Amino acid sequence: MEKSLIIRDLHVNVEDKEILKGLNLELEKGKVHAIMGPNGSGKSTLSYALAGHPSYEVTGGEVIFEGQNILDLGADERAQLGLFLAFQYPMSIPGVSMANFLRTAVNSVRKARGEGEMRVPEFRKLLNEKMASLKMDRSFAGRYLNEGFSGGEKKRAEILQMAMLQPKVAIMDETDSGLDIDALRIVSDGVNALKNPEMSVLVITHYQRILNYLKPDYVHVLVDGRIITSGGPELALELESKGYDWVRQEFAVPA
Amino acid sequence: MAITEEQLRTSEDQYKYGFHDPEDYVFKSKKGLSADVVEEISYMKGEPDWMRQFRLKSLRHFDKRPMPQWGGGGLLNEIDFDNIHYYVKPSDRAEKDWDDVPDYIKNTFDKLGIPEAEKKFLAGVGAQYESEVIYHNLQKDLEAKGVIFLDTDTALKQYPELFKEHFGTIIPPNDNKFAALNSAVWSGGSFIYVPEGVHIDLPLQAYFRINAENMGQFERTLIIVDKGAYVHYVEGCTAPTWSTDSLHSAVVEIIVKEGGRCRYTTIQNWSKNVYNLVTKRAAAYKDATMEWVDGNLGSKLTMKYPAIYLMEPGAKGEVLSVAFAGHGQHQDAGGKIVHVAPHTTSTITSKSISKDDGRSSYRGLLKVHPEAEHSKSNVRCDALLLHENSRTDTYPYIEIENDRVDIGHEATVSKVGEEQLFYLMSRGVSEADAYSMIVTGFIEPIAKELPMEYAVELNRLIQLEMEGSVG
Repeated sequence: MEKSLIIRDLHVNVEDKEILKGLNLELEKGKVHAIMGPNGSGKSTLSYALAGHPSYEVTGGEVIFEGQNILDLGADERAQLGLFLAFQYPMSIPGVSMANFLRTAVNSVRKARGEGEMRVPEFRKLLNEKMASLKMDRSFAGRYLNEGFSGGEKKRAEILQMAMLQPKVAIMDETDSGLDIDALRIVSDGVNALKNPEMSVLVITHYQRILNYLKPDYVHVLVDGRIITSGGPELALELESKGYDWVRQEFAVPA
Repeated sequence: MAITEEQLRTSEDQYKYGFHDPEDYVFKSKKGLSADVVEEISYMKGEPDWMRQFRLKSLRHFDKRPMPQWGGGGLLNEIDFDNIHYYVKPSDRAEKDWDDVPDYIKNTFDKLGIPEAEKKFLAGVGAQYESEVIYHNLQKDLEAKGVIFLDTDTALKQYPELFKEHFGTIIPPNDNKFAALNSAVWSGGSFIYVPEGVHIDLPLQAYFRINAENMGQFERTLIIVDKGAYVHYVEGCTAPTWSTDSLHSAVVEIIVKEGGRCRYTTIQNWSKNVYNLVTKRAAAYKDATMEWVDGNLGSKLTMKYPAIYLMEPGAKGEVLSVAFAGHGQHQDAGGKIVHVAPHTTSTITSKSISKDDGRSSYRGLLKVHPEAEHSKSNVRCDALLLHENSRTDTYPYIEIENDRVDIGHEATVSKVGEEQLFYLMSRGVSEADAYSMIVTGFIEPIAKELPMEYAVELNRLIQLEMEGSVG
């Protein structure tokens, strides 16, 4: 199978404390991978480090994406290559409308790829289509980015951004947190509608719940900064019923 | 001499308007300020004796008053008043047709986009170059309705009574040191009279350009909005980037009579060697509305606090102020509202941005007289700091002499956060664009009050300022 993203022996420090301790993972093109792990295992660190947050210090390893090690690239350049992170806690940017933001983002990515700027009518049409598919009211486009959005609205806005940017690898950082069942379904339907043979999805979650909707092809278990086991969708169910202590013992995590 | 694109591009700090024309002037006063220079200005303008006396008296006020030691952080003491040309006359008269304006001046204003803007969205235009207004025009139908839109010197000649009745009544020459200076050597500016009930739908615009080095520009603007009338006046200003400093010290007086409304919008974009020390004040009478929209981007030091005196019941005042202080700049801006009468309302909204070692200050005065019961006022000032060494200060003076009033005051200071930048950048937006976006969003509440053309201009100017802001 063709790989879209390869993580080799990734070490990441946060405030001088090592959080990821040699993480290995390969994502297959067009597949949904889930990473499950208990609190403090390094789930969010992984997503921020992949997206290029400056506070997450990479001390070793490499991440190969689109034929290059992206660890020296800025967050913007990684996004331009086709990496996307759906945030667990999206930031609000007062005064910047969703539509203006998305247009700047879409055109930044296009420019980096040597493509021409998307014209306003074409952009509007695309935006309206994507919003309709996520059951978002048109007024959303005029609202300030995440400003005063409910939890569910924020997550839908993240998926809308993903839909507009059409990434090759989409990382979803605990997208299920704080969502009620209806919102979870809408968000999951949105992601499922975006699935295509060119895009890999990495779902990072504490709970199995979202995996009922975003059916993963592979499940990886992250404990104490490393992937300690991988398997098919059945692993998620097993984990849900037996708990993380079971997996710790079963796979003999060294202290 | 044409300025090449190349020269425009390489001008300091990306300041697009930093070019200058060779000087070919009718008259340029020698450097320095004296009674002789003031007499000379008055003589050259062929003024009535009362104006000559007014100027000389103002000069005495200027000489007597000490230099203010607040606001400018000591920068005011660096002004060398002996090294300034107080009066520079580029041409003999204000033309009504662009074709008659001297070519080199016309080229300048072409580059600034003025004639084009006039065709598109303005009801009238005035253009001042150095000390004199070189072009003035008003739509014919407005002229027919009795609207007067002239340069201030011409107005003094053509409407001596209307002029004398109002001139210097809102800002007397002894108001402050720089108002005194302006009163002594004033030249140019706009004179507007809007007759009762006349509503001017499109804005009137004046554009001020300093060209010469060590130049002082002292325009004087007087706007009278009669009962139930409306006008929106817009001014823009630029100057070349010289190695020595220039001085711009204007006085703007506005009278809004019963039920009238005046909106005055400034997009100040002086080069970073201009001292911009301006006194602006309006009096609003019964049920009248006065609005100052003040955008300050350029200059070395700006000290400007547009003021509104709410003179009679029902009067409303609003000040919207945006200041952007980049490297080496100090923007000391704000607003001043005085509730003289009961049942008057006011708001001040100030947004300042400090970049690099730029310094912005909000300085505001809200005063409620004992008689002004049932007045309402709301003051809000927000500051945004872009870098570690950026600075902002807030000086809100509030003097309330009546208990039966409703006053709100809110101030915030925020820094552009790493998390906000990261969030935007994670969508492919460059760091510079992310900064720009956050800043544009920050001033959006004010930009949306502007006519579209000016909002676009304001955002464009801020984006220019933001370029190269990232290390």
